[in-house]
Amino acid sequence: MHIVVCVKQVPDSREIRIDTKTGTLIREGVPSIVNPYDLHGLEAALQLREQHGGRVTVITMGPPMAEKALKETISLGADDAVLVTDRKFGGADTLATSYVLAEAIRKAADTWGPVDLVIAGKQTLDGDTGQVGPGIACRLGLQQLTYVEKIVAVEGRRIRVERRLEDGLEVVETSLPALLTVLKEINTVRRASLPGMIAAARYKPIVWTVADFPDIDVTKIGLKGSPTVVSRSWVPEVRKVDTTYVDGAAELWEALWATDLPERLGWSAEEGA
Amino acid sequence: MSERFDAIVVGAGPAGTAAALTMARGGLNVIVIERGEFPGAKNVFGGVLYRHHFEELIPEWWTRAPLERPIVEQNYWLLNGDGAVKIGHRSRRYLDGKPNNFTAMRAKFDRWFAQQAEEAGALIICETTATELLMEGDRVIGVRTDRDEGDVYAEAVIIADGANSLLTQQLRARPELSPGELSLVVKQTLALPREKIEDRFGLEKDEGATIEILGAPSQGMVGLGFLYTNKDSLSLGLGIMVDDLMATGARPYELLEAMKQHPALRKLLQGAELKEYAAHLIPEGGLRAMPKLAGPGWMICGDAAGMVNAVHREGTNLAAASGRMAGEAVVTMARSGDFTPEGFQAYARAVQASFIQRDLAKYQRLPAFLHEHKELLMGRMPEALNDCLYEWFNVDERPKTEHQRQIAQNIKGMAGGAWGLLRLASRGWRAINE
Repeated sequence: MHIVVCVKQVPDSREIRIDTKTGTLIREGVPSIVNPYDLHGLEAALQLREQHGGRVTVITMGPPMAEKALKETISLGADDAVLVTDRKFGGADTLATSYVLAEAIRKAADTWGPVDLVIAGKQTLDGDTGQVGPGIACRLGLQQLTYVEKIVAVEGRRIRVERRLEDGLEVVETSLPALLTVLKEINTVRRASLPGMIAAARYKPIVWTVADFPDIDVTKIGLKGSPTVVSRSWVPEVRKVDTTYVDGAAELWEALWATDLPERLGWSAEEGA
Repeated sequence: MSERFDAIVVGAGPAGTAAALTMARGGLNVIVIERGEFPGAKNVFGGVLYRHHFEELIPEWWTRAPLERPIVEQNYWLLNGDGAVKIGHRSRRYLDGKPNNFTAMRAKFDRWFAQQAEEAGALIICETTATELLMEGDRVIGVRTDRDEGDVYAEAVIIADGANSLLTQQLRARPELSPGELSLVVKQTLALPREKIEDRFGLEKDEGATIEILGAPSQGMVGLGFLYTNKDSLSLGLGIMVDDLMATGARPYELLEAMKQHPALRKLLQGAELKEYAAHLIPEGGLRAMPKLAGPGWMICGDAAGMVNAVHREGTNLAAASGRMAGEAVVTMARSGDFTPEGFQAYARAVQASFIQRDLAKYQRLPAFLHEHKELLMGRMPEALNDCLYEWFNVDERPKTEHQRQIAQNIKGMAGGAWGLLRLASRGWRAINE
């Protein structure tokens, strides 16, 4: 079984600050991490490899510094990690990104054998769109299973998963090859073993640039291939809340009746008493 | 399946990295186990780095490493409640050609330094804690880490895991450190625009100054405060011996806050924004608290070996030098293919012959001396010297002879008379001389 996991290096959202004047992220000095959902995707792939054998190939598109993210995936047990990087890929929106990643997955299939499963996180911390995974599935003609909370079984060429939706749980079965986007709930990400850490420290990620894709349509990549326009970004104003500290239930009761809340709820003073 | 290395280094601080760099350059297969997310991540040092001992490892290192400011002025201040006796030295000689020392943030510096070892071929494994030494008889043969399949083996293990070295304890290379051998340093990083720093401290662009502060802030306990200029922040801190803190119950952060209010410091710090608060233990027991430095399969370097010269606020340079010596000993053994106990002792002998042991030997009686006379040295002396300078400068109706008689009385009074003063001077002399 050949599983490709798509990952992205993102700024650690726990340490993100926003420039309140320009409304943009301050990236300077913010540590980079592997998008947490993607790590759960990798863990799912590693567990499937443990059950069914095969290989796990990790692919990311990003700047050269994304090597660090790829090394982390090697430390956890990925067989190989590919960095798709080129100035010409820069400035890509989800449309262009999914195009390039789809091409990279085709190349991975040519290099290491047909791909049975592509796994990605449900969305990234920084972009938050959740579009790249489905975009790849469309371009590669893969069955598409998003928001996967559990892989129930992989039997022969069939996969059955549980999808967590807003109004419930959906159990879906489809044929391979397929693309999954996964939730954090799907598993607990392992801690790298020491041999894994050593392998990662020695590993040099495979680098693919535009030149490695002779058939790529250059009008579909990078900024040129990205129709998305960010018309405005801003920092939501912090809502001001009046806070009153009270001592004990009796005072709380008094304080609540002093507001307009009972009236808005349609309570009468008699009922309250 | 565990891989075998020529050497394992525990800790990627200046000692461990210096050792790893030396051995990697010697063609050895070296692994460094670091607890932090990256080398320096666990480090709170905002202090002074000296050029010389890093220069032996990386010529012109200071032109490339992340540093704050080269130091052009260094001061000692003796504070009483509201006054300050100031003595210091400023000279461009410190900068001529190659600067002598720099303020630096080790969180940045250690990362850079470790990169040099990595480029030389050392493997640096972060976010991994060495929990135990693996032994075969009395010989150290490897290290156990907190990861799965976490045992790793080598011909030599270099222990450079810092002040609170767990591995040194496991070796029983010395009795457990006592509170009287450790100081607790609390430090604030206070952001201030660089022009303001230069104006307030009278500095040319990018130059730096240091102030070591003795007296009132430590409230009679054995301790030392400091204020250093970084690029666009100040490092303000106070270190106090742990046994004194335990005895008085004083809270270090309260002492530091009080120090910030001292009239001599307040205006220097005004408007600076608190960016970071940190605390760290420093092994200040000196030579007498130093463990056995080497045994079959192992060597101890840097803070783990108590290599701190508190009088001269030196530690990182002792660490780097000791790491280099340990690395050299391993390279020598690897060349002969024979990792004998004598080969490991060569490191201990190198330390003994170097400035490290000679400097620490020179001051070995000082901790006891300071402890014995702390009320006088940390309290009455700064007070008396402030009074003396006040008498000297103050002009009133009294003639000079009276002012100067008062000065003599102040000095004698603080030490309990002329004999006390002589005794103190002679003991003090012996405390700082072998």
